[in-house]
Amino acid sequence: MSRVLLMQGNQAVVEGAIAAGVRFYGGYPITPSTEIAEGMAKRLPEVGGKFMQTEDELAGIGTVLGASLGGVRAMTATSGPGFSLKQEMIGMACSAEIPCVIVDVQRVGPATGQPTSPSQGDVMQARWGTHGDHWLIAVSPSSVPECFDLTRRAVELSEKYRCPVILLMDEVIGHMRERIELPDSYEGLAAARRKQPDVTPEDYLAYADTDGSKVPAMADFGSGYRWHVTGLVHDETGFPKGTPAATKNSQDRLRTKLEDHEDDIVQTEHYRTEDAEIVVVAFGGAARTAYEVVDMARNEGIHAGLFRPITIWPFAERAVRELAEKTQCLLVHELNCGQYVREVESAVQGRASVRLYAKYDNEPATPDELLAEIREAEKTIKGAK
Amino acid sequence: MKQNFRFSGTGGQGLITAGIILAEAALLDGKLAVQSQSYGPEARGGSSKAEVIISDEPIRFGRVTHPDTLLVMSQEAADKFSGDCDGSSLIITDSLFVREVRAKDARRVDLPITHTAREACGKPLFANIVALGAVVALTKCVTTESLERAVLDRVPKGTEDANRKALAAGYALAENN
Repeated sequence: MSRVLLMQGNQAVVEGAIAAGVRFYGGYPITPSTEIAEGMAKRLPEVGGKFMQTEDELAGIGTVLGASLGGVRAMTATSGPGFSLKQEMIGMACSAEIPCVIVDVQRVGPATGQPTSPSQGDVMQARWGTHGDHWLIAVSPSSVPECFDLTRRAVELSEKYRCPVILLMDEVIGHMRERIELPDSYEGLAAARRKQPDVTPEDYLAYADTDGSKVPAMADFGSGYRWHVTGLVHDETGFPKGTPAATKNSQDRLRTKLEDHEDDIVQTEHYRTEDAEIVVVAFGGAARTAYEVVDMARNEGIHAGLFRPITIWPFAERAVRELAEKTQCLLVHELNCGQYVREVESAVQGRASVRLYAKYDNEPATPDELLAEIREAEKTIKGAK
Repeated sequence: MKQNFRFSGTGGQGLITAGIILAEAALLDGKLAVQSQSYGPEARGGSSKAEVIISDEPIRFGRVTHPDTLLVMSQEAADKFSGDCDGSSLIITDSLFVREVRAKDARRVDLPITHTAREACGKPLFANIVALGAVVALTKCVTTESLERAVLDRVPKGTEDANRKALAAGYALAENN
């Protein structure tokens, strides 16, 4: 049985988290993500979970990492200024391999920026916000139902691969209300728990790759298994070891534990791309304009399509390369001055032309604005022929 | 068929709530609806805008670039949000607050919305529900059954009768216009 509701994207994130089995939220509310904190404060006590409003964003993610080490699926949500503050602990979660979900409902930046207006200016920060080489996952929803689904998926991925997962939202989707059909019961929807040790506490090595998956088993704190958590480079025991070999081993495993599983992690959507000569590349709220414009362009006889990365990081390099082989122009549309376009260019490597439609004036692009860009791209293609 | 609505006024007038209620009524009618909003950083005051698109087909772009129906409840909102209306648009104003709108050729209906809320329900607080009644009576975009259900689902317990009165006052305003 299910119920049909009009729901905001941020509320759907809350429901997705509850369904996935998130039972701890620590954070500090900030526009345009505040409805997530409000919703978790209401919903968590109803399901036996805990909500903690901390003194700031740093403490918020600190409590999330602590809860996760104790074996609880845990989440926080924020916007740009808070996302900046959380970066140090995101690095800690990458190094110590602590599953957690961080929602960033992007606003216009930098600094306090424009709190109530949409932007996708944190897309590179989601990948490279914390210092040093590191690997994590980011996913971005384009509809309210997808907010529910991708929040569940973010929790699943973080548990499965023991890494932070960023749910990269924007104000367009976070504050939009639309139809969603939710199951009456969330039974059976909880994310699979992280792998547990199959050895005795005496034989447990916290960071040993015992099954070749590169993802070590993670014992809950308080379960009788003792292990050491540190942000220093460490070996299988979890204790610091900074030799060249230990450092390289550690980095190689952290990198390949995601690289080896990209088929499982990376999701994309193709909309009318089969015979497309111009393919718009857009994600999150920007993709909403793009769907509509692809249909408008098709009505004018322009062979347009949409490629939508659902997984933002790791970058869908193979899918973009394949697309570039069979189309003439990739038109990257993002709500910033042009960040993701560089990733697209680096994957395309001249196989097709890459154009950018950057929108960074507090408003999502209207269909007419994006259609004008497609017409320009079409002219260039026809001129070149 | 796709219908575009924009409700605009001052923060605190309940126009975002009105937008949500209209979208919920459309879902009750079995249609699709998307509601979006924009507002400034202030909790009260500043101009506020809620938009609703009602359609039988999936709605991709969720904002309104050309309102079929614009409700304006402050002069500032009229200055800011009526520029993209044209001769095919219906503009409903609260005559207590709005003197002029930018789209001169739009069909314009001036109604004493806030005044009526005070008269019929005792408080200007009900202006958003009076306005909803008027919008639905003038556009027939949702059924009055669904509208009433959506209003009653959304408002605080104990205020049902006052809200029913507000809706009825809104219908009457539109019909007597």
